[in-house]
Amino acid sequence: MSIIVYLIPVALGLGLLGLLAFLWSVNSGQYDDLDGAAHRILTDDDTPL
Amino acid sequence: MTEAALLSGAGCPSGLEPPGRSPTGDVSAFVQSRDGISMLLLSVRGAKCGGCLTKIESTLRALPGVEEARMNLSNGKLRVAWHGGDLANTIVDHLTKLGYGVSAFSEDETAKANKSEERQLLLAMGVAAFALANIMLLSVSVWGGHGEMGSQTRTALHAISGLIAFPVLVFSGRHFFQSAWSVLKHGRANMDVPISLALILAFGVSVWETASGGAHAYFDASVMLLFFLLIGRFLDARLRRQAHAAAHDLAALQDRSVSRRTASGVIEAVRADEILRGDEIVLAAGERAVIDLRISSGTSSVDESLVTGESLPRTVQAGETIYAGTINLDGPMTGEALGPASDSLLSDIASMLEAGEQKRARYRKIADKAVALYVPFVHTAAALTLITWLALGASPRDAILVAVATLIITCPCALALAAPVAQVVAAGRLFGMGVYLRSGDALERLAEIDHIVFDKTGTLTLGVPQLVSAHGDELNLAAQLARASRHPLSRAIVRAAGPGPLADAIVEHPGLGVEGRVNGQYARLGAAEWVGLTSPPQSNGPSLWFASAQGDPIEFQFEDQLQDDAMAALSRFQDQGVPVEILSGDTETAVANIAKRLSIPRWTSRVSPRGKVDHLTRLREQDKQVLMVGDGLNDAGALALAHASLAPGGAMDVSQSASDAVYSGGLSALPRILEVAKRARAIMLQNFGLAAVYNLIAVPIAVTGHVTPLIAAIAMSASSLIVTVNALRIKQGADI
Repeated sequence: MSIIVYLIPVALGLGLLGLLAFLWSVNSGQYDDLDGAAHRILTDDDTPL
Repeated sequence: MTEAALLSGAGCPSGLEPPGRSPTGDVSAFVQSRDGISMLLLSVRGAKCGGCLTKIESTLRALPGVEEARMNLSNGKLRVAWHGGDLANTIVDHLTKLGYGVSAFSEDETAKANKSEERQLLLAMGVAAFALANIMLLSVSVWGGHGEMGSQTRTALHAISGLIAFPVLVFSGRHFFQSAWSVLKHGRANMDVPISLALILAFGVSVWETASGGAHAYFDASVMLLFFLLIGRFLDARLRRQAHAAAHDLAALQDRSVSRRTASGVIEAVRADEILRGDEIVLAAGERAVIDLRISSGTSSVDESLVTGESLPRTVQAGETIYAGTINLDGPMTGEALGPASDSLLSDIASMLEAGEQKRARYRKIADKAVALYVPFVHTAAALTLITWLALGASPRDAILVAVATLIITCPCALALAAPVAQVVAAGRLFGMGVYLRSGDALERLAEIDHIVFDKTGTLTLGVPQLVSAHGDELNLAAQLARASRHPLSRAIVRAAGPGPLADAIVEHPGLGVEGRVNGQYARLGAAEWVGLTSPPQSNGPSLWFASAQGDPIEFQFEDQLQDDAMAALSRFQDQGVPVEILSGDTETAVANIAKRLSIPRWTSRVSPRGKVDHLTRLREQDKQVLMVGDGLNDAGALALAHASLAPGGAMDVSQSASDAVYSGGLSALPRILEVAKRARAIMLQNFGLAAVYNLIAVPIAVTGHVTPLIAAIAMSASSLIVTVNALRIKQGADI
């Protein structure tokens, strides 16, 4: 059972990583325009080859 | 229509929205400049799809000097940055040509504060979710290992849970603790007091249990509680922010730019909120005054229908005062500003607004009533549990554990979600119908309506006169003069006559009429006295006289036009047995005519703003829950006083902010608003019922000491989920 000494910190670390990603996404305005992002991916804004 | 035609057409290429129109006005007053880069925030209407996004952004980026053009499709905000010359009006022109409605937009302080509050709550929610997931992971191992896990391992897992929970409670729970503390300081209590108490007690007892190596720790329950409560709080904040933003957007639709004459005689376009008392303002023909003015030079007829409800234009001269909302019809005028735009209100209307809002603030929301019943019940139950267990000989430790478990499991999780979720879903549905709700409790008040009072001009009618008397040839002759004028009666003649030639040598005399050469002959169109009639016959409504060299002067009669869907909406109310009446500031004949056409038996004419307030006070005294629908400044006091109030999208901003909701798209929205409100209220009541049933089941289990952290976790999440899913039913159901 001594393995949980490593496993719990690893699990928490991964969770923390997710939390940091969430905090970054909120603070950088990723949720400000949910409709626009869905359409923007379809726009062809580069020049043809 | 082919695809190419659709793409080249005006407005949304997917045809989701008809092309919009922009208010005329100079937007350069809204440009912010820094380091040679100018920036403009615009509110764009009619952009609904990805095609709009590309169309708008690529057009603007192609303009010389434009560095950035980014459109937010969710809220219709467009940010344009450029260097070099003044592009602001060019940008607006381009967007208007593309078929979108544009108005300048400046974010106000409330919007900024709301946005930051919403973001804080979202962060708090994210942190609580992280903690909840990780603590649950540890708790599940404890529950799963029940009976097999060594007590040391269990205590270690509890300790780790506690270490995660503590910073999260401090960070995410501060919203509740701060609010609870601020009301406790004043010796009062709100919903946050029992919430804070439950959070602190759950955490404290768990720390104690962990320290003494006990089996039950409620770290997971306390964080779960926090998470669910934050969801409710977040939804509430979001609804408030969206409501405010929508109202602000509608206000931005109205032209807020003013022409000010500087000391050196230059006319500059400035924002209305920059105007100070004593500034010299130029009001062009066709422009709407956004501040109160004392006229210093110029004579013109003005349309004061938004201020007084009177649909006939009035002539004003130097020395007279006109109020914000007045439209200058024919001649340019100069005036002195009587105060900044924010003070621009008749002072007695301001005091009426205040009195109305105070009365309305006394309204108790369903959620408040539920909490008032609920909190003493829960706290008494917990206290009684403690005393009974002690009396039956349990150890103080066991008794406290059971009492705290009771408090945790009955914590108003479902109660805190019951109202906000229903309100958010209903507001979303209304939003889709073009109705912008200003507050959550407005829905509750709208659902209780049993009497409706309408304003006439601009609400039941379009506020635009229509020609009702027919004269074939003379109409075409008069139209030649009318085409040169912006007077609403001239416009009505032009609409009736259609396109045609213009007379020569036209001169417009403000307040009198137009004269010129029609087919080589001198002719006049205007007031009866002006065309040479000494004793004109009494007329029923607004009229114009046309006089030429041939024959006697001819009268053109006009009538205010009904809104297209007024008939349908009102008959629907009458079918439902809701009494309807008209309260108007207009003349008796005008009101009687409209009332007859809509078969409304009760109407009152020539009512002053004070009279409207008095009338609503009388109805209130008869215990009627009145819905007031109105658009003018003269309605603002009544709108604020009514049990619930609605304003059309074109209403004065004062009236919009005095109402509970602003609707666009005609009167047919009204019955639907009331339907949605009733449905939302029914669902809210159901939700509170569900929360009560949950407590009826949970409390006996808790007080008998059968609650473990596992049961608490399941019960709390199940009740919150049921309430949320029930609220989503507002979205379904028959199309209202």
